[in-house]
Amino acid sequence: MQGAMEDFLRALRAADVKVSPVEAIDAHLTVAMVGFADRELFKDALCATLAKTADEVDRFDETFETFFARETFQMEPPPPGADGEPEDLPPEVAGSELAQMLLNGDVSALAQAMEAAAERAQVSSIRLSTQRSRLTRKMLEEMGLTEIEQIIAAAKKLEDARSQALVGRLEAGKKALTEEAQRYVDRQHELYAAESGKNLREELLARKALNAEGGIDPADLAMMQALVKKMAKRLADRYSRRRNRARRGHLDVRRTLRRSMAYGGLPFEIVWKTQKVEKPNIVAICDVSKSVAAAAQFLLTFLYSLNEVVDRMEAFAFSGRMISVNDLLDDNKVETAILEVLKKIGFQQTDYGKSLEDFCDQHLDQIDRHTTVIFLGDARSNYADPRLDLFATIQKRCRAMIWLNPEPESYWGQGDSVMHRYERFCHVAKPCNTLAQLERIIEDVLRTYVPH
Amino acid sequence: MSSVDALIEGLAGVGYIASRRIATALYMAVHLQKPILVEGSAGVGKTELALSTAALLGLPLIRMQCYEGLDESKALYEWKYGKQLLYTQILKDRMGEHLSDAVDMDAAMERLHGMGDLFFSEPFLEPRPLMKALQEDDGCVLLIDEIDKSDEAFEAFLLEVLSAYQVSIPELGVLKAKTPPIVFLTSNNVRDLGDALKRRCLHLHIPLPDAALERKIVASRVPGIEAKLTHELVAFVQSLRTLDLRKSPSISETVDWARALILLNAESLDGEVVRDSLNVLLKFEQDIAAVEPQIVELIRRPLV
Repeated sequence: MQGAMEDFLRALRAADVKVSPVEAIDAHLTVAMVGFADRELFKDALCATLAKTADEVDRFDETFETFFARETFQMEPPPPGADGEPEDLPPEVAGSELAQMLLNGDVSALAQAMEAAAERAQVSSIRLSTQRSRLTRKMLEEMGLTEIEQIIAAAKKLEDARSQALVGRLEAGKKALTEEAQRYVDRQHELYAAESGKNLREELLARKALNAEGGIDPADLAMMQALVKKMAKRLADRYSRRRNRARRGHLDVRRTLRRSMAYGGLPFEIVWKTQKVEKPNIVAICDVSKSVAAAAQFLLTFLYSLNEVVDRMEAFAFSGRMISVNDLLDDNKVETAILEVLKKIGFQQTDYGKSLEDFCDQHLDQIDRHTTVIFLGDARSNYADPRLDLFATIQKRCRAMIWLNPEPESYWGQGDSVMHRYERFCHVAKPCNTLAQLERIIEDVLRTYVPH
Repeated sequence: MSSVDALIEGLAGVGYIASRRIATALYMAVHLQKPILVEGSAGVGKTELALSTAALLGLPLIRMQCYEGLDESKALYEWKYGKQLLYTQILKDRMGEHLSDAVDMDAAMERLHGMGDLFFSEPFLEPRPLMKALQEDDGCVLLIDEIDKSDEAFEAFLLEVLSAYQVSIPELGVLKAKTPPIVFLTSNNVRDLGDALKRRCLHLHIPLPDAALERKIVASRVPGIEAKLTHELVAFVQSLRTLDLRKSPSISETVDWARALILLNAESLDGEVVRDSLNVLLKFEQDIAAVEPQIVELIRRPLV
């Protein structure tokens, strides 16, 4: 059972359920305690020790069912009366265990033999979907398929009725066996390899340049949204809670004196000054014009996720003019929200000057000295007035101004890009065109510019 | 505590209808001596589970409510400053007598060191919930409620208590539990808990119950309710949960509602009774507004 447990834990890890060595020990203790007679009890007990979040419970259930699923073999029972009289079988049949099992229709023995063969063929080390047919064949050979094939070949030559019947039964058995072996290997693939393939794709996606030719593959869109969401949640978890951090060394005289009353005026209990750690207060402004079309979806997805996890955030989008998109993001699901924003304001001629004007006219009061402003855009102003004066006004009012540009730094200032002129007013200006970069920068931003 | 089935029965005896998964987790927690982390939305009976376990085992329940800013002086122990202060004053008065016959400073210091130092000693220790739980001779049930509301620093500080059932007090050394308590931690998922904490606990997620289980719970919690009414009201609540509400009613709301219906002398559900008592079930104005027009339709749904 130890081996099976190890495999099961490995399958769990492959399914992204974190199992540490301590938990593995717990799992073994659990099994020793509850035994495996009662499947339900066994499952619930293991679930309590191994799965640690609601998500993990779901994944645990799934993995458990797949791992311990053993369909019974679909085998035809041996023809009636056949087992009564000793059959006149060729001597090879007696020599081959597998042939006997097939002929007797002994499903439980077959299942056991298959488990053993799978272990010898190391099916559970499967990594890629292309390994499946090779491993199936290897497993069948381990079970003794070659012998069966030899028997069939030999019997075919004999051409009498009895041999023909034998051939028929063996062929049928072989077919059933092969199908079962394929299903078995598929299950193993699903258990151990499917998740790693997904992880690989996710990793590639995180590093893919988002303004590359064609933008994001529609097939990857859902996955990217999930990734962005996970990322935003991770960041928000870390930074969205307000904390009081003690500042050792600064005596809070007033509170110390008050506490001292209980001790007859002696300053017995000393109180230190604490510093409030505020929640991030973010204004995000996102360019959705034609020139950033490829990246716009990605930027908006991020905006959406950030809006979900950060309490105090104001979101704006612009191309020719600027609008507040808070309500759109709040009221809709992510796909519709992005579509709505793009429909309302997207893909027009960029006009940074006009947009900044709109912002300063209507929303400047959103910005105070606690606010961090995040600008997402390529700073391509179509040779219109970039209105640096307005940008400077915003910069003066806010705590920090951060510009994330989907173009690489070497493009800044070329053509109609006025990035270098805006850059002077930014606390941080960074190129950002992959998910991985975005996460690193936002993390930096939250750590450095959100008051701590 | 001998088997999971016995546990289900025992819990039912003290008025807690447990699903198999809940009972199994509890059984494991007791036998592996591990804390149990209970998650689930508000009102599914997380805290109740701890209370019922205490009642079942006949152990005292020690409860610690977590909140932002909770620190070890409120959770573990504090020194009795006032008494310590008195002690030093007594000491000062007595000191003169004791040291008067010492010939020189060195001898006086020698004698001072020789006196027992009681300043940091157990009599001056004010135990808080966690320490109290460790000091119980026959064990107890320790409920650490809403751990997700506490700070990360506090979580880290819990680790020692939860894994070794001991606390380190810098001035005194390590205090070990005589009998390890049965520990419940509850969480509403306000924030993700650290991996280190999760690793030390068994995990139990209590979902909203299915209709059959919920009927049993209502029947056990609200004695004297008619089977027909139970059936109807549970079906109604279950169909409410399929709607897109801000806060779906959980078990405690169902039970409250059942009690309210009994008070209103309702024998079966009809539009008027439901409309009048809907505020027991739904806690947001928008939810009530969304459900109100559909009440009649929801009641008419075939019973599950």
